[in-house]
Amino acid sequence: MSTTRPIATTRSATGIPTGKLAVWWVIGSEIVIFGGLLASYIMHRIGHPEWAEYASHTNTWFGGINTFVLLTSSLFAVLAHYAAEHGDGKKAARWLLATCAGGAVFIGIKAVEWTGEIQHGYTITANGFWHFYYTAAGIHALHVIAGCIIMLIIANDARKGKELHRVELIGIYWHFVDIVWIFLFPLLYIAK
Amino acid sequence: MAEAGTVETHGAHAHDAHHEQSFWSKYIFSTDHKMIAMQYMFTGIVMALIGGYMSYAFRMQLAFPGESVPGYGVVSQGEYNALVTNHGTIMIFWVAMPVLIAAFGNFLIPLMIGADDMVFPRINRLSYQIFFLSAVVLIASFFVPGGGFGGAWTAYPPLSSSAEYSLTPLGSTLWLVAVALEFVAFLLGGINFITTLMNARAPGMKMHDIPMVLWMIVIASILFMASVGPLIAGAVMLFMDQVIGTGYFDPGRGGDPILWQHLFWFFGHPEVYVVLLPAMGIVADIICTFSRKKLFNYKLILYTAFATGIISFFVWAHHQFVAGIDPRMANVFTITTLIISIPIAEMIFLYIATLYGGSIRLTTPMLWALAFIAEFIIGGITGIFLGASGSDIYFHDTYFVLAHFHYTFFPIAIIGFFAGVTYWFPKMFGRMLDETLGKIHFWGTIISFNAIFIPLFVLGAAGQHRRIYNYQNFPDLAGLQDLRVFATTALLVMLAFQAIFLFNFVVSLVKGKPAGKNPWKASTLEWTTESPPPHGNWPEGLPNCYRGPYEYSVPGREDDYWPQNVPPDTAPAE
Repeated sequence: MSTTRPIATTRSATGIPTGKLAVWWVIGSEIVIFGGLLASYIMHRIGHPEWAEYASHTNTWFGGINTFVLLTSSLFAVLAHYAAEHGDGKKAARWLLATCAGGAVFIGIKAVEWTGEIQHGYTITANGFWHFYYTAAGIHALHVIAGCIIMLIIANDARKGKELHRVELIGIYWHFVDIVWIFLFPLLYIAK
Repeated sequence: MAEAGTVETHGAHAHDAHHEQSFWSKYIFSTDHKMIAMQYMFTGIVMALIGGYMSYAFRMQLAFPGESVPGYGVVSQGEYNALVTNHGTIMIFWVAMPVLIAAFGNFLIPLMIGADDMVFPRINRLSYQIFFLSAVVLIASFFVPGGGFGGAWTAYPPLSSSAEYSLTPLGSTLWLVAVALEFVAFLLGGINFITTLMNARAPGMKMHDIPMVLWMIVIASILFMASVGPLIAGAVMLFMDQVIGTGYFDPGRGGDPILWQHLFWFFGHPEVYVVLLPAMGIVADIICTFSRKKLFNYKLILYTAFATGIISFFVWAHHQFVAGIDPRMANVFTITTLIISIPIAEMIFLYIATLYGGSIRLTTPMLWALAFIAEFIIGGITGIFLGASGSDIYFHDTYFVLAHFHYTFFPIAIIGFFAGVTYWFPKMFGRMLDETLGKIHFWGTIISFNAIFIPLFVLGAAGQHRRIYNYQNFPDLAGLQDLRVFATTALLVMLAFQAIFLFNFVVSLVKGKPAGKNPWKASTLEWTTESPPPHGNWPEGLPNCYRGPYEYSVPGREDDYWPQNVPPDTAPAE
């Protein structure tokens, strides 16, 4: 795909690079999607005190370790950005792979956790709490997977020293995915 | 920035403008914004014909219950529901949005800001491809076992969430998937529109030099992006209710059907302004050109549009006055709903002030623009009765509501489209539309439109409920059959007049008078390049911008318009 960029893409009337601007708008639209979902969950949670009992079956340890894993991977994304800013594409690619590995560990832990819960009968159709539990965490997990795939593509370019500005863009997105988890963790695991 | 500036002004054009493209890369997989605009426009026109055909079938059923409809056959009860549901869905999501936002947005944004393309051409192409897929999925939903979804375009659960009630196990899921894909397409397109307008403007084009139509399209994209999220979340929930048997909207299992109504209308009401604002923008540009006057108080119109957008997030529950919401909330939403009529009325007044004292030319696009103002006022005023909770309890779900929102959506989607397409047709295709045929089509459409919907106001006030298959079963309503027949006849007349438009469109495409660069003598940037603009838009280098978009009849100048790209030193000394 060696398309020449239009002049429009190289302009920057606001002073913010166009790619970065677009990532922020993507995040804006994502905030309202998760916002709508979590607001619905919170309203239901307030209306159903009995959900606290269902929530007590979630495993805070799994959630806590995953929080740690995801936050650590965000640190790697920052280090990748730092390397990219200094023009070191190879190093940036390595840190991006480390970030990606963090995402993979997160998904792996999630798979183990969900398998156990489903085996105990807490499936998505069990009741309202488990509807939201699997939906919210599942949509978040899809974002983690999508982020990893994009990151691999960017790492492949960065390795050859191409499109280094994209390292920062995927970093911004990855931090957002992190922050969503920071909301999900207390709402789904800690509040009992 | 400095680097970009020098590249542009010296016209070192990155595109291979003279390179010969194959059919596929030119028409089907093009990343050129003008071609994508055409794809959106023609898909929208085809969908409008399908939506119009649906209205023909169910209006015939209402006028002549049980009889075989020519070109359709007998409309069964289930089909009737599927037809009204998909007529609404198509006209809003597959006609109003693709034509007003995507087609005009894609065509106009780069041309009016002096750029060679959108900032993300490939995302733009992806946006259209997803949109096309969504249209295919929607049409496919009619041909699956059980038929198309019939639970109204608002898709309230439990009717929409359970095949047991809807009797369309596949149709309702395909409908939902199609709508969700359409949202994805417009989120991608919207991000492109917003970033393009923010970053890719010609050197010298400041915030208040942007043509109003672009502002309106971009404000609409922002509104869409800010309001559709909760409904996407809701669509995921509804999808899981349908497919894997969760109970988000099932009160028997701890769910809440009213939640869907909130998620839907939190999007659904801003959506009205998502489609209204681009139409208002198209009208603003047209009335300036054809009254040869500056837009009256550009900044006030712009800020009013922003204010309208913000207020539109606080009115949604006026759709739910009889849905069992807290009556105290009904008070609040009555007040916010009546408040939102103020900025819109203000914008209409500012448009009329633009016309005042102008040198008015009644061309076809100008007629459409004026008709927009006149017809939309009727739609707005009848909305007051529905926004006030007291009278809404009587009018809710009657044909009064139906006539009201057709008096808003018809001016927006249909009149707005005709205004825009008759105005920019010369730029799109390089030829003029026939004015005589255009005026015949205009009067035929406008008169028959009013003849359809004024009787429906009367029927609604008489208590006729919506979404009923056959009114002959209701003794109190059966006697009003003449009005129904009248409205249906008017619909047939209106549909027949559209043939004139299609004829005019096709013939002018081939044989119309060549338009030249600037047939309307307008001052915005799109009129400074050839018609139709070549790949890359300005082969000799992109223009700079020196002034606002509506410098008409400037005293002391020979021409009565002053193009945005003409450097000021050519002006006569003061």
